[in-house]
Amino acid sequence: MTKFIIRRLLSLIPTMFVIVTLSFFLIRFAPGGPFSAEKKVPAQVLQNLMKKYHMDESLGRQYLRYFGEILRGDLGPSFRYKDMTVNALIKQSMPNSMLLGTLSLALAVALGIAVGIVSALKQNKWQDYTAMSLAVVGISVPLFVIGPLLQLVFAMQLKWLPTSGWITDRAGLKTLIMPVITLSFPYFAYIARMSRASILEVLRSDYVRTARAKGLKESTVIGKHVLKGALLPIVSYLGPAFSGIITGSIVVETIFLVPGVGKIFVQSALNRDYTLIMGEVIVYSLILIVMNFVVDIVYGFLDPRIAYK
Amino acid sequence: MTEEVILRVKDLRTYFKTDEGTVKAVDGVSFDLHKGETLGIVGESGSGKSVTNLSIINMIPSPPGKIVGGEVLFMDADLLAMPANKIREIRGNKISMIFQDPMTSLNPFLRISTQMTETIILHQGLGKDEAKAKAIEMLKLAGIPAPEKRIDQYPHQFSGGMRQRVMIAMSLSCNPEILIADEPTSALDVTIQAQILDLMKDLTARLGTAVILITHSLGVVAGMCDTLCVMYAGRVVERGATDAVFADPKHPYTQGLIKSVPRLDVASGNRLSSIRGQPPNVIDLPDCCPFYPRCDKAMDICKRKYPAVSRFDDGRSVACWLYSEEKLP
Ligand SMILES: Nc1ncnc2c1ncn2[C@@H]1O[C@H](COP(=O)(O)OP(=O)(O)O)[C@@H](O)[C@H]1O
Ligand SMILES: [Mg+2]
Repeated sequence: MTKFIIRRLLSLIPTMFVIVTLSFFLIRFAPGGPFSAEKKVPAQVLQNLMKKYHMDESLGRQYLRYFGEILRGDLGPSFRYKDMTVNALIKQSMPNSMLLGTLSLALAVALGIAVGIVSALKQNKWQDYTAMSLAVVGISVPLFVIGPLLQLVFAMQLKWLPTSGWITDRAGLKTLIMPVITLSFPYFAYIARMSRASILEVLRSDYVRTARAKGLKESTVIGKHVLKGALLPIVSYLGPAFSGIITGSIVVETIFLVPGVGKIFVQSALNRDYTLIMGEVIVYSLILIVMNFVVDIVYGFLDPRIAYK
Repeated sequence: MTEEVILRVKDLRTYFKTDEGTVKAVDGVSFDLHKGETLGIVGESGSGKSVTNLSIINMIPSPPGKIVGGEVLFMDADLLAMPANKIREIRGNKISMIFQDPMTSLNPFLRISTQMTETIILHQGLGKDEAKAKAIEMLKLAGIPAPEKRIDQYPHQFSGGMRQRVMIAMSLSCNPEILIADEPTSALDVTIQAQILDLMKDLTARLGTAVILITHSLGVVAGMCDTLCVMYAGRVVERGATDAVFADPKHPYTQGLIKSVPRLDVASGNRLSSIRGQPPNVIDLPDCCPFYPRCDKAMDICKRKYPAVSRFDDGRSVACWLYSEEKLP
């Protein structure tokens, strides 16, 4: 097991290397540059800017320089937010995004599993039909429709919740409600459908028939024999769900004006803020890779048939 | 085997509602099981053997299935009329089952110890440690080497034959009156099959357990069973002592089955015979003998009415117009 963990951790290195290299060159080959939007900069100033950010050097040198810096944990200065380092920008915004993402994922998992169980046990009854209709809405209606719709109803009409903002505002924790619901909705829907289907499948399995033939109570059959096997697929879905939530949060942060990474991510991409984009790509990739890694380990603990060596 | 009847199945009918129509999977099955008896149920796949036995412990998946008629009397109580909590006290305790596929019949996520002790704790009221000791003892009886160690392992660490041994140990752990074994060896290698059958025979004889052994192999029946029911299209077409049926099969279907078994003691050279035609479709079957399209001795009446059961002096009963006294015009 320890050996497996160490091997997986070591394999992070080449993966990250490829990600950094690819994105470094891809961004630079995209048309435009960090200073192209600033109109009519005197040639001398532009030259100084280029020099300051080492953009007058060859691409290869810039790459090596950048690589050296990130190895030291320095993501460099932002090209656009003057006087701000990328480290500082990410440090400022990342906790907000993480809070939003984690809450949304937790809500999606908790509600999704609960609704999936009820649906499966009440198959083809009204509870099942209601839940699955809601799930279809969640899967087919995009975030940028659900978000504004919630704003319209609960903020503008009913005035129960603030339209936008963040917990540091006067409205406090209330600001979290709509973004979390919006962001978790599609994942809740997917998890509900997935757990329903997989519980139904396990209910038909031979080993559940054996459990019933032993005279166990139906509640024991479900709790002890059905759920573990049925919910394992949810665990493996957590990796992809987390990455989906992270990208989804870019949209949600924009809709609800959350001061998170998502918002500056879009801006930095539009501005060709090379170092900021790179910094965000690196941080996101690390989170995703680590998250998938954790999911694998957890899965291995839950499924006795898997032996990591 | 004694004269005491412990299980009496009377005119059992289990139907499935499907999109194509009503499947009469079991349609009027009756038999008695005596204390300590081993009863074989043979028939082609789809003839209703498994459904019969799931019906006995009232475990038909519903929907689509429904037991529409009949009685299953276990020690004078009708299992089909029992409330759920009462029949649960019988399942796994007085009547236990083993199934065909040992690879999928054990829960892959739970240790053998958990799966075995839960039954013992539930039905025998033993504590955890006592239950585990009992489980280890059962595994030892079932021929699992080093049971103290193996009991803490998971099913995937056992081979198919070993898993079926675990299933046998588990099913006999509460000392049931009846063990229902649904094709317990069909999924195993031929060499393992004999070992498992021997084990079952040995243990159930020692514990005095009556057995209902479902199989599609007449060879297995000949070696294991005192009595035998031949099923065809949801009905028992012939029933009697195994020796008598083998010596003198009455129903044309039984005759065909016995002729199609390869035999070492009869001079070879003859071609192995097989029953011509396809197993019947039991969806919306009209009133007729379902075997007549494949029967050499079919008569006019066979197409119009299901034959009444004729009884013979040796205790045999056969559902075939050839033996019926009631001759219809
Ligand atoms: N869950 C079910 N739904 C519909 N039909 C079923 C179901 N279970 C069994 N049947 C039907 O009942 C008939 C008898 O099946 P079964 O008892 O399993 O046969 P076997 O003799 O091979 O054990 C078959 O025609 C089968 O299609
Ligand atoms: Mg069967």
